[in-house]
Amino acid sequence: MKYVDEYRDPLGGQRLLAEIRRCPPAGGLRIMEICGGHTHAIYRSGLDQLLPEGIRFLHGPGCPVCVTPAVRIDQAIALAHRPGCLVATYGDMLRVPGSVESLRTAQARGAKVQIVYSSLDAVEIARSRPELEVVFLAVGFETTAPANAAAILHAQEGGLPNFSVLGSHVLVPPVLRHLLLSPGTEIDAFIGPGHVATVVGSEDYAFLPEEFGKPVVISGFEPHDLLLAVLMLLRQRAEGRCAVEVEYRRAVQPKGSERALAVMGEVFEVQDQEWRGIGVIPRSGLGIRRRFAAFDALARYRGELPEAAEDAGEYVCGAVLQGHRTPLECPAFGIGCIPEHPYGPGMVSQEGACAALYRYRQPGPGQGVAQ
Amino acid sequence: MCLAVPGKVLEIGEDNMAVVDIAGVRRRVCLDLVEGIAPEDYVLVHVGFALQRIDADEAQRTMDQLLQMAPPERAADQP
Repeated sequence: MKYVDEYRDPLGGQRLLAEIRRCPPAGGLRIMEICGGHTHAIYRSGLDQLLPEGIRFLHGPGCPVCVTPAVRIDQAIALAHRPGCLVATYGDMLRVPGSVESLRTAQARGAKVQIVYSSLDAVEIARSRPELEVVFLAVGFETTAPANAAAILHAQEGGLPNFSVLGSHVLVPPVLRHLLLSPGTEIDAFIGPGHVATVVGSEDYAFLPEEFGKPVVISGFEPHDLLLAVLMLLRQRAEGRCAVEVEYRRAVQPKGSERALAVMGEVFEVQDQEWRGIGVIPRSGLGIRRRFAAFDALARYRGELPEAAEDAGEYVCGAVLQGHRTPLECPAFGIGCIPEHPYGPGMVSQEGACAALYRYRQPGPGQGVAQ
Repeated sequence: MCLAVPGKVLEIGEDNMAVVDIAGVRRRVCLDLVEGIAPEDYVLVHVGFALQRIDADEAQRTMDQLLQMAPPERAADQP
């Protein structure tokens, strides 16, 4: 596939690794990759095992499925049981544990749940099934929020009174500020989220070097992209620089996508947001603007929905999501908590640090993973 | 979740929906979030929407940068 295969060629990877070995970082380098897509790619390619000693990846909170609060799952389940209602959502959301059960187990008990590939598929269900109230459980970072916003605009244009969105939209910069201001955070540099940046632009990350003195390289998702991003961070360190740089130049512009930002801003406004395993972070999410309240499931079904949930028994999920602990430090990892039966959110999505590690990695020497 | 894959735009319909070839599979992709896309362009596709046009010149520059690096000299340098 063009723009994929050439970034996976083994010889290119060897050149990059040789170049990386020529720039060893004094004192080591702890790099947080923010995006769950990067976490998945790193484990899939085994990049963490190929890098010289001293360069470590820390996995960040960039998996929107993982950080969706349990109460949102409970609300979706309540709506899926409501007579005449159908909940449509992205496939990853079905296994996310709510406070009692997941959408998948609710579905087995008769709740009406349907997986969609695109938000527009959910709109299409509402158009073709006017007798149903279709609720689209929509999650995402800045990458996905414009697509979810566009679904609301399509429903409005189509005059669909039976479509609404139950949203959990999160923003990357506020959670990074939260992490960097938290005690115990030890991050030297960041690999920035390539697809979030295609929407918001690389300039959205200028605060990392300017306010926190942390370099960031925004990267693509293939092995060469990630190795080149590591090399660019090493060169910044060697040359005494600290800046935002873009490795993923084929897709990322300084100001992002004007059109996607306009669609997102038309439908959503910034609000305080709960992050599963972390807590409420001020102004870290997106809510539906009041003028689209007819399409906001939280407004439409107010009074019928559960309002709070306890994230019980989630072991060290929050610490793993924030890069403070590794999945291997969790007593449940791979024992009771597995992708087929996740206890916590990091094991649900293939972009969760726990699920990616479980899928691709045999335990190394001294790593006590139960099999 | 933020997965996006490259695909080639084959044709664009009047409803701003394109037919995009993604690894040999034809999919309908919405162009509402991008501007100025034409057939033959490569776009990044995410949840049924084109997110951004892929810039062929920048992609080539990245590959050139890679090719300028010296290949590993000795077997010991190789992973």
